[in-house]
This record gives sequence, C-alpha cells and structure tokens, in this order.
Amino acid sequence: MVRFTVNGQPQSVEADADTPLLWVLRDHLRLTGTKFGCGMALCGACTVHVEGLAVRSCGLPLNALEGKTVTTIEGLSPDRSHAVQRAWIELDVPQCGYCQSGQIMSAVALLRDNPAPSDDDIDAALAGNICRCGTYARIRKAIHRAAELLREAKRS
Amino acid sequence: MSSRSRDLRRAADPSRREFLQRTARLGSGLMLAMALPGLSSGSRAAASGSQLNAWLRISADDSITILVDRSEMGQGVYTALPMLLAEELEVDLSKIRIAAAPVGEPYVNVLNGGQVTGTSNSVPEAWQKLRKAGAAARSMLITAAARRWRVDPSSCRASQGRILGTGGRSASYGELAEAAGKLPVPKEVPLKQPADFRLIGKPLARLDTPSKVDGSAEFGLDVQLPGMLHAAVALCPTLGGKLGTVDPAAALALPGVRRVVPTESAVIVVAEHFWQAKKARDALRIVWQPGANADLDNAAIWSQVNRGATQPGASALTSDDVAAALKGGHAAEALKRAAKTFSAVYELPLLAHATMEPMNCTADVRANGCDVYVGTQVQGLTQAVAAEAAGLKPEQVNVHTTLLGGGFGRRLEVDFVPAAVLASKAVGAPVKLIWTREDDMTNDFYRPPAREAVSAGVDQHGKLAAWALHITSPSITARFDPTNKDPFDSVIEYVQNFPYAVPNFDLTYTRQEIGIGVGYMRSVSHAPNCFAIESSIDEIAALVSRNPLEYRRELLAGKPRHLQVLKVIAERSGWGHAPAGRYQGIAFMEGYTSHIAQVAEVSIDAGKLKIHKITCVIDCGQTVNPRIVESQLESGIVYGLTAALWGEITLRAGRVQQRNFNDYRVLRLNEMPLLDVHIIPSDEQPGGIGETGVPPVAPAVCNAIFAATGKRLRSLPIAAHKLV
Repeated sequence: MVRFTVNGQPQSVEADADTPLLWVLRDHLRLTGTKFGCGMALCGACTVHVEGLAVRSCGLPLNALEGKTVTTIEGLSPDRSHAVQRAWIELDVPQCGYCQSGQIMSAVALLRDNPAPSDDDIDAALAGNICRCGTYARIRKAIHRAAELLREAKRS
Repeated sequence: MSSRSRDLRRAADPSRREFLQRTARLGSGLMLAMALPGLSSGSRAAASGSQLNAWLRISADDSITILVDRSEMGQGVYTALPMLLAEELEVDLSKIRIAAAPVGEPYVNVLNGGQVTGTSNSVPEAWQKLRKAGAAARSMLITAAARRWRVDPSSCRASQGRILGTGGRSASYGELAEAAGKLPVPKEVPLKQPADFRLIGKPLARLDTPSKVDGSAEFGLDVQLPGMLHAAVALCPTLGGKLGTVDPAAALALPGVRRVVPTESAVIVVAEHFWQAKKARDALRIVWQPGANADLDNAAIWSQVNRGATQPGASALTSDDVAAALKGGHAAEALKRAAKTFSAVYELPLLAHATMEPMNCTADVRANGCDVYVGTQVQGLTQAVAAEAAGLKPEQVNVHTTLLGGGFGRRLEVDFVPAAVLASKAVGAPVKLIWTREDDMTNDFYRPPAREAVSAGVDQHGKLAAWALHITSPSITARFDPTNKDPFDSVIEYVQNFPYAVPNFDLTYTRQEIGIGVGYMRSVSHAPNCFAIESSIDEIAALVSRNPLEYRRELLAGKPRHLQVLKVIAERSGWGHAPAGRYQGIAFMEGYTSHIAQVAEVSIDAGKLKIHKITCVIDCGQTVNPRIVESQLESGIVYGLTAALWGEITLRAGRVQQRNFNDYRVLRLNEMPLLDVHIIPSDEQPGGIGETGVPPVAPAVCNAIFAATGKRLRSLPIAAHKLV
C-alpha cells in the first residue's frame, strides 16, 4: 500500500510496486487525462507534476511515490480557469488533443519557474513534448499569452 | 483540362474507396446516443428528445444535439460540420452539443462510398447535405409554430433558437421540437446566400477545445466500463509471420492475470490492469513462425522495386489511354525530338503513421450483442470485423466512436479490433486492449516505398514539350481490397492532377509487391507524386536557366486560381529577396480541389540544414472556419517536415527496426520553423484541407537546398544526405 496525494486528495493504492504512476493514475484512480504515448519518457504525453516538478509519469514507479504530492491535468483547476488553460482555449491550441494534457503540464511548470519565458526558454522546456498534429506554433503563442494573463492577475 | 479528362479523373477517383464502400455499408441504422466530447464517459446516456433528421436532435429543455458522422481526429469536423447545420438552423454554436453518429446508412460519405473519414472531403461532402438538413429542420419548426398559432408559416421566422411570429409571438425550438419531429421532411428548402452567413466563414472557436485542456476529452484509451479488464498483445515480430507455440505458464503465474488467448498470429493477455497485462505479455514464451519475410530487409525491398521498375512486363499496369486523354500526346516520341532532355529517379521510403495515441480498442461481447468503443475512421468496417470476431451479425454490434488521438489514415485499418473482441468473448467481460508504442511502430501498414522516374524534354525555347513518369510501388488499393482491379491505384492518384501544360504526357505504373502490407497515409499518393513532379519541374527550370517560380507561372498560364496562388506566395514569401545567407525553394500542388503553394526558406551552415520559414498560400474555395483551415495547414506542414527530414522505416530479418520516438524521429517544438499561412478568399466550392498541407513541404525544402548548395536531393529523408 502506497500513500500519496493526488490533486489535493489523499490516496492509497495497492498495486505492483513497479507499476508506473501513469497506469496508477489511469487504471487505479481513473484519472485518464494523463495519456500514454511511448512508455519511455520520450514524448511527454504523460507529463504530471510531482512535488511541483514536471515529470514523465510513465517512468516513475509507484514505490517511489510514498508521501509525495502529485498534480494531474484534472487538478489544475476545477473550471479550466488556470491561466494556461485560458490561453489554450483563447488560441484554440489543440487539434486531436491527445498530447495536450502533457503540453499544458509542461507549460504550467515552466511558467511557475519563469514567469516571462523567451522563445528559447519555451523551446527548452517543451522540447520533450511531441505533438504529431503540429500545434507547436500555437503552443508557443499560448505560453506567451498565459504569461501575460498571469502578470495581469498579479497586478490586479 | 478537357471534359473527357475530367470524366476520367472522376471515374478514376474512387480507386481507394470502393472496398470501404462495400464493407462500410454492412452497417445497420441503429440509433444510439454516444458520449459527448467534454463530458465524462458516465454521461453515455440514452438519447432523449425529438429526432428532426439523422443529424439533429432537439430536447424539450432546448438542448440541441448534432450527430457528427465523421470522426474527430484533430481536423476540426466536430466544429466545422455543426457550423454548416447550425447556420441554416439559426442557432448559435454555443448552444450545440456534439455526439458521434452510430453506424448507419444516412451517415455514408457519398464521396467515399462508405462511413469513412478520409480523403480530406468531410466538409466538401457535408457542404450541401448538412446545410439542407439544417434548413429542413428550420422549416419544420416554423411549420409547427405556425400551426400552433394558426398563422401562415410565411409570417414566422427563425432566430437564435426561437421561432418568432407576428404580434410578439415566440416559441423556443425545444417547445416546438416534438410537433416538428412529426412533420414530413420538406424536399426543397432554399439555402442562405453567402452574404447572409452568420457562422460560415468565421474563425469560430472549436467546440472540442474546452474538453482538451482539462483532461475530460474521451479518447479510445480512456474508455471505462464497469467490470472492465485490460489486455496487452504479443504480435509476431516478423511482419506477416504466425504464431508457432506459446507457453503461457510464466505469464499466468503473475498477479492479476486472467487469461492468455492465442490467435493465428498473436497472443493476447488479459489482466485486471494494463501494467499487469503488459508484464505478463513480456513473460510469455513464444515460438514464432516468421514465414516468407524471414530474410526481408531494405536492400531486398529496393532490389525488388528496382527490378520491377527496369523490367516492366507482366506486372506493368499502364494507363497510356488515360495519359493520352489527359494531355493528348505520347511523351516517348516527343522526347526524341526534344532540344534538351532530362531524366531523374526519385525514391521515397516506407513511413509509419505514428499517431500520438497508440492503437487500442475496447469491446464488450455478450451472447446476443457487442459494443465496441474505438477511435476509428471506418465505423462500418469496424462493425463488420467485430461481428465476424464475435460470431454475431453486424446489426448486433454497436460501434461507439471516441475521439481519435490522431488518425492520418492509420485508423482506416481495423487490424487491432478483432483481438479486443476475441479477448472480451474469452473472458466474458469488457476488455480494453492497448498496443504499446513499440507494437504500434512495428506493426503499421506503412506508407509504401516508391520509385518515381521522370523523363522530360524541352523545345529550343525551353518550353516543356514532354513529361513522363514511371512509378514503381506496391499497391495500396490491392492490399486494402484484393478484388479491386482498378488500374488507378492509390499510389498514382495525384499524377492525374498534373497541373502544368505539356503537349506530351505519359504515366506508367508498375505494381511491385514487397511482401508486406502497405497503407494509406495522410495525403497518400500526393506526397510522393508531388515530390517527383515538383522536384523535376524545378530541375527542368534550372536546366533551361529559368526562375523556378516564373517557369511554373508560364506552365500554368490560363489557370487563374493557380496563377493567383503563385502571385500571392511570391509576395508573402518575399520571393527572390531572401535575407543574406538564406535560400528559397517553391512547390505547388492542385489537390483535394484546393490549390496550394509553399516556399521554404533555408540556410546551410557547415552541412547543417536550418529551415527558417515556410510560407503557405492556399485557395481552398469557401472556408467554413478559417481558423481551423489555418491550423490544418500548419499541421500538414509539420507532418510533411517530419517525413521529409527524418522519416524512414527500415527492416532487418523481416522486423521493423524503428520502435519508438528515439529511433523514429519526429519534429519537436524547438525545431519548428516560422510558419506563415495565408488563405485566399474565395466563394468557390469548399476544397479539402486535412491532407493538403503535407505534399508541397518536402519538394519546397529540397528545392531550397538546391538553391543553397546546387545539390539535388532525389530521395528522402533529407537526413540520409550530406549537405556539404
């Protein structure tokens, strides 16, 4: 039994110790917003936050999670009101949408560390998130827009 | 183009669609409500409200549901198609809810001949159909209101989800829906004039976006059913091989494992959770029978293709008559009289689709019925193969189309469906079967390799006098439907759109099989054919010392839409005025009833290629949602760039060597060039845009590389070439 916190809720999960967090979230906790893309931390579709850091949940086993705090796309806001979600909606970033939970979680982590990222900063932070639909140009714009929204929120 | 050639083109067009037509029509017309994007799977409730036609349901509480009969795989059909219906129905898009249509005769795509999402024709096919459906429903609601108020229908009008009458009378669609649903559907209702469009042509927000930013969008991978088990599958590592023997003992001993189900060419493991199933799959001891492809590698594949190309004979499928009709001449004779001749062989590699969401399917088989939940581009075909696997009649199978985590033609295939059905049948519970990325990469129906040999000649003025193309490639059409004998194979389809004026034209096709199955991939023949056409036109322009854009302009004389695209791209791209150290290349395509040009701007530093910018100009007729058109074109460019730069599937001992995104490289955000997409306003019939952005990228980039280095790349991927 491993105890940890997901989106503010305490959870205890009984599963094989090597079960990746990705499958714990999806199959045990029914949080299916986090996607399976490659299983090798190559595509970023499974990106979540653990202790506030963006990590690939497909490579993180359950037994490393005891006492940890996890945030998934479902825990970002109750009503799509997070600045990154608002910017994503404003710019209609997603196409098929499958990679977007991971893209958004990477963007949120970036903006937490760097409230005014340059294009190069965005390149570095998002290079691990593949999108086969090619939404990259709008992802870049949306991150700049989210940074603006966060600054506006801070001012008011 | 002559009317005869147009007729031939029309006749030839359905080559890739006939099998889909036959199989997809096996579907039944059973109505069943489906989960809506943005709502959780728990909302998969029975339909309520009045059905005004096959696509429209209105409830007493004023909720309006549009059943979309094309699959949403990112291309925006869950927004663009509802816009067509809502335009005539006179409702705001914000009032609309979306449901995926079930299998049914009304949902057949008449251009594809089946319930198929493909060939970039969702909007062209729905353009009249859904506007008429909206207009008819509006008319029925008006009639219902007029009867209720005992007034003449002509005194009533529809606005914002209400029927308004004289004297301040007003009733909502919800109040009128039940009565309206009992009225006969009017045959002819006049459609709005473009000047009156409120929705069509506007860059409206996508309806599926909110659900795609909070994790609630339901893809096939996300389906949850009570009592559901999970499955992984061991697929024969040699393409085309079979299962020999399997020892399941080690797998069965692992926790959570419920059943091991061998099939002819695979072994399915069912467990409580996917990770358990996957670990047990890896623990199976299997002896495979590799079969005829045990020694197949790339050298063998290309030696077969090259042998086929140089020994046309029994396998050659020529289309001389059609080529003559298209262009009115014989290139071989004309080449003998040409002032200068040119020949080149272009080679295109095998490619994988690599959708972000790996193949998966959830099945719930019971004694008297079966539900299948799957991201598919072919609902009818899915129903047919699921029924066969379940031992049921097609009408006993309900197909629930989820959102697709990418399609690109991979989900025109149903190879992953029967295993989910067999697994569910074996354990008597719903089963979700998921392929790993490695399963997906190594068991695709790959874009076929193609050898495209161009022979051309110019007269003493440099004018194109003859152009001939000999394509050698495995057949997609025959693999998909072995009974289809149409010589216009899907691998040569685009050549029939050859846009340039040439008095002598020939097209020959040698079908050369390579032992593995090949499939439809986004833009199908258009990408390889366009690479041969646009590279060769560029080479010929260089041969006669002409500016490649000007040379194309001459060859397109008398075609105003084509010329306008060239004019605008010259302006937008700053053609001829690239910044110092940067070089430009252009490519043009007339396909999917759209006209498109792209200019690539590149630099090469110590052999390292950098793509700075891609300018894209399109005339795709009337746009329904320009915002979606723009994103689709960007999408096509990125997909085409990935293929151009790195895309290549290779085999060794019959096994695909690329297994994941580390060895099948795809474009990432940090590698993105600047994109500038421009849509030329037009009120012509809407053209296709889902695939249209893909083909011009590779030749535009390679033509720019030539401008920079003088080096011609006649094969892809670019990464296989040294640029110094």
